[in-house]
Amino acid sequence: MQKAEKKQRYVLSPGIDMFFVKIFDAWRFMLRFFTELLKPPFEWDEIVKQCYQVGYRSLGLISLTGFITGLVFTKQSRPSLSDFGAASWLPSLVAIAIIRALAPLVTSLICAGKVGSNIGAELGSMKVTEQVDAMEVSATNPYKFLVVSRVLATTIMIPVLTCYSAFIGLMGSFLDVHAHEKTSLTTFFENAFSKITFLDISATLVKAICYGFTIGIVSCYKGYHASQGTEGVGRAANASVVLSMFFIFVEEIVIVQITNYLRT
Amino acid sequence: MHQQTPIKQELVIRIRQLYKSFGENQVLRGIDLDVAREENVVVLGRSGSGKSVLIKIIAGLLKPDRGEIMVLGKDLQQLQPNELQELRLRLGFSFQNSALYDSMTVRENLEFPLIRNRRHLTKKQVDTEVEEVLGAVGLTQTINQMPAELSGGQRKRIGIARTLILRPQIMLYDEPTAGLDPTTSLEINNLIREVRKKYQTSAIVITHDLTCARNTGDRIAMLLDGQFVTQGSFEEVFKINDERIQSFYNYNFIQ
Repeated sequence: MQKAEKKQRYVLSPGIDMFFVKIFDAWRFMLRFFTELLKPPFEWDEIVKQCYQVGYRSLGLISLTGFITGLVFTKQSRPSLSDFGAASWLPSLVAIAIIRALAPLVTSLICAGKVGSNIGAELGSMKVTEQVDAMEVSATNPYKFLVVSRVLATTIMIPVLTCYSAFIGLMGSFLDVHAHEKTSLTTFFENAFSKITFLDISATLVKAICYGFTIGIVSCYKGYHASQGTEGVGRAANASVVLSMFFIFVEEIVIVQITNYLRT
Repeated sequence: MHQQTPIKQELVIRIRQLYKSFGENQVLRGIDLDVAREENVVVLGRSGSGKSVLIKIIAGLLKPDRGEIMVLGKDLQQLQPNELQELRLRLGFSFQNSALYDSMTVRENLEFPLIRNRRHLTKKQVDTEVEEVLGAVGLTQTINQMPAELSGGQRKRIGIARTLILRPQIMLYDEPTAGLDPTTSLEINNLIREVRKKYQTSAIVITHDLTCARNTGDRIAMLLDGQFVTQGSFEEVFKINDERIQSFYNYNFIQ
């Protein structure tokens, strides 16, 4: 191989230039999702399959974590509220905590770990073994088949899982409340939802949709751009989880600020 | 450079002054290549000489820095994405590692390009097509197996079958015998010749295996240091008194 005669020129420095190039590349990757989403033909079978993978396959883990979150949060809050003679406020306190913050956050963090790593590793493996190229040369759009279906599945299924997680969390809380105060299920849920507003539920759904989209697009981007063999696949899976979690927390701050502004 | 003009004059691939570099490494330095209809051209060269880069450019997977590439009368660099998709229906690409979709059975692998590009076909017609190409590569019994259950040679054959299902006019084989034992390599070489005969395809075969080159190629193009140093029949190429070509021949012979 010969060295190219032209030397590469940089605007700032190689590192900084590359950083902005990568951001631009990721931005284009994300915008492409919206253009491909609306263009036929649609990969319905793959979308349904991915919804099943993301949703149904995560049910066990989400049930367990949701239940424990509700139960533990109730147990931890009881002593403080009892000190003030406000143990009857437990259902509404737990409902606010679970519906506003814990359910979307815990669900999406669990899914970032389980689903995000899965997507990153799967697409990364397909990329380094030239399966993505094989789709492209057989006149099939790999972005539409692999990326659109997965991002759509996470965007649809994370809100569904969040609702389910919130319900299971409240059930966990109910068990503890019922064990101590003999509260009935109806009374518990009446108290729990007495302080929940339409804004709380809307904000939670918006959060879950944003987190689902983030997990899907970040994991697909890292997997789709994997290189350098099996090491690259591992890095893609790892980066999918870490970056998804990072963006979820950033979005949490932004959405909470907006919700608080709307509430006041 | 010694060069032999293809026997049949109707060109399906015409490449002129093709350059490609990755960073500071200039991989292709002014490649010229013609492939005639129903001609098998073998591109021989050492690992890292840019052979695979050449066919990836022809398939539109990589963009060249400069040069002219005409494939089936279309200028590859002027094509819109949808036109490139159309052209790809007439190109078959057999990957070095077969690139079978791990999560799908052999049947689903073969159906995949067909049901996405021939949407008018009925389920029965798709099944018939799948069975026919599987028969052509002699692996009908593997139809419900997963790629992980297949041997290296079987994977190569299924990879070729997957490209044949769209009835391509040009086949691009990337190292078709790499990693295979001599007997399986011979079977793959025979298959490449049978494909040409049965489907009237033209082909570019990328390899560093002299047996494969001799068995499958009508013409050999020797790629060294990013340029074709010679083109001609197998005997003509290795008759030339060039130290690099002779050392390549001797190395293969010793191997």
